[in-house]
Amino acid sequence: MIHYDQETYKPEQNESVLDCLLRHGIAPPHSCRSGICQTCMMRAVKGNPTPVSQKGLKETLISQNYFLACSCIPQEDMEIALPDTQLFRKTTKVIDKALLSPNVLRLRLAAPDDYRYFAGQHTAIFKNKFLGRSYSLASVPGIDHFLEFHIRLLPDGQVSQWLQHEVHAGYSITISEPIGNCIYLDRYLERPLALIATGTGLAPLIGIARDALHKGHQGEIRIYHGVRTRHDLYLHDTLLKLSEQHSNVRYIPCVSRESVALPFHKGRANEIALNDIGNFAGWCVYLCGNPDMVNTTKRSVFLAGASLQDIHADAFIHSP
Amino acid sequence: MSKSLYEKIGGEAAVNAAVDIFYRKVLADDRINRYFEGVDMERQAAKQKAFLTFAFGGPNKYSGKDMRDGHAHLVKNGLNDSHFDAVMENLGATLKELNVPGELIAEAAAIAESVRNDVLGR
Ligand code: HEM
Repeated sequence: MIHYDQETYKPEQNESVLDCLLRHGIAPPHSCRSGICQTCMMRAVKGNPTPVSQKGLKETLISQNYFLACSCIPQEDMEIALPDTQLFRKTTKVIDKALLSPNVLRLRLAAPDDYRYFAGQHTAIFKNKFLGRSYSLASVPGIDHFLEFHIRLLPDGQVSQWLQHEVHAGYSITISEPIGNCIYLDRYLERPLALIATGTGLAPLIGIARDALHKGHQGEIRIYHGVRTRHDLYLHDTLLKLSEQHSNVRYIPCVSRESVALPFHKGRANEIALNDIGNFAGWCVYLCGNPDMVNTTKRSVFLAGASLQDIHADAFIHSP
Repeated sequence: MSKSLYEKIGGEAAVNAAVDIFYRKVLADDRINRYFEGVDMERQAAKQKAFLTFAFGGPNKYSGKDMRDGHAHLVKNGLNDSHFDAVMENLGATLKELNVPGELIAEAAAIAESVRNDVLGR
């Protein structure tokens, strides 16, 4: 049986998930119908997709049970969803709140039971049933017993202002299922990682860096944090300490709008990283933050030799 | 039975090896890169894989009509023979870089060439 969007469908023998849905008048996005174009990608929430239906997908997707509906002949009951849908919500308690800089708030929540996530993923935090905003997890499962978020405080931010002014330790808060593909891969252990963030794009990347180190990462890790002024380097001390504790970690604070002297670097984080690394062949690149930065840098590091398989990105869109 | 072009070139592994090289060439090619911009890079890369699988004679269900429909929005934006030739050039250069023998390159080029009129909406 296939469970999709509150309904149940019975596939015929040797019928693919896509064909079964189409036969019932449901048309998820699709194109080639031969397992190549990846337009019909879906996610198995329960049950396992067949290996054939995961051929050619990025490993970050395979590890989260994404599959191609056109080439999956289900072998067991499956509950499936379109990519990017967040199926469940959980309510949990606020543990702690602290300002990391004048406009970044650190929020820690108790990790709900069975809340499984990968460092670097994001979840929605809800002010009420209908109003939620997406925030990246900065914590690491297996190390931190809490969920940590770095909330950028927007003057007109409906959720961020509420978190800053009305939410206190002990408060109940609802969050969604975590999703996102900007996650560490175990096969990267020996590879160099370039983590490039602007603003609170640092949240998922500090998670990925700590996750990598926790898993025994041996390759170099360079963390570029791009901000406007030195006051915006909201994890400066934490990252300095991390780089002192681990000889393979380098932290490069990049300030674009004021003159600075070393150890600060003057300029945009992505440009500094491109100059610094030059040839990206063999590098695994993670990009988070400003959408323009993320999109132009994806392209630049790809043209500079990084493989598409090894470029992971999460663009942050700030809405009020 | 003799091996198909797709098998001779190296199947799915060859497509995977070719996609980075081919897509890098396309993005760096000012004659055509504007057609490939604005769409999510990962989605684009999957489509380039579809293109390469097609050109290698690999398993696919694309019809001439699919090619026509799939490129119609590009034809509206001025897609013509010169752009088609540029794609062919990048395909050839990619296969050469992967040390694919000349006669196989010619076969792949012939397959891609066979849909010229469909791609260009004629
Ligand atoms: C040489 C013959 C060509 C073949 C066999 C071919 C084949 C394909 C295939 C199989 C797809 C994927 C369709 C899908 O399932 O969504 C595709 C998409 C695409 N092709 Fe081609 N193509 C050719 C020429 C060209 C040329 C000359 C251009 C432009 C310079 C071009 C630009 C594109 C673009 C931009 C897409 C993605 C469209 C989208 O985002 O939906 N193609 N092509």
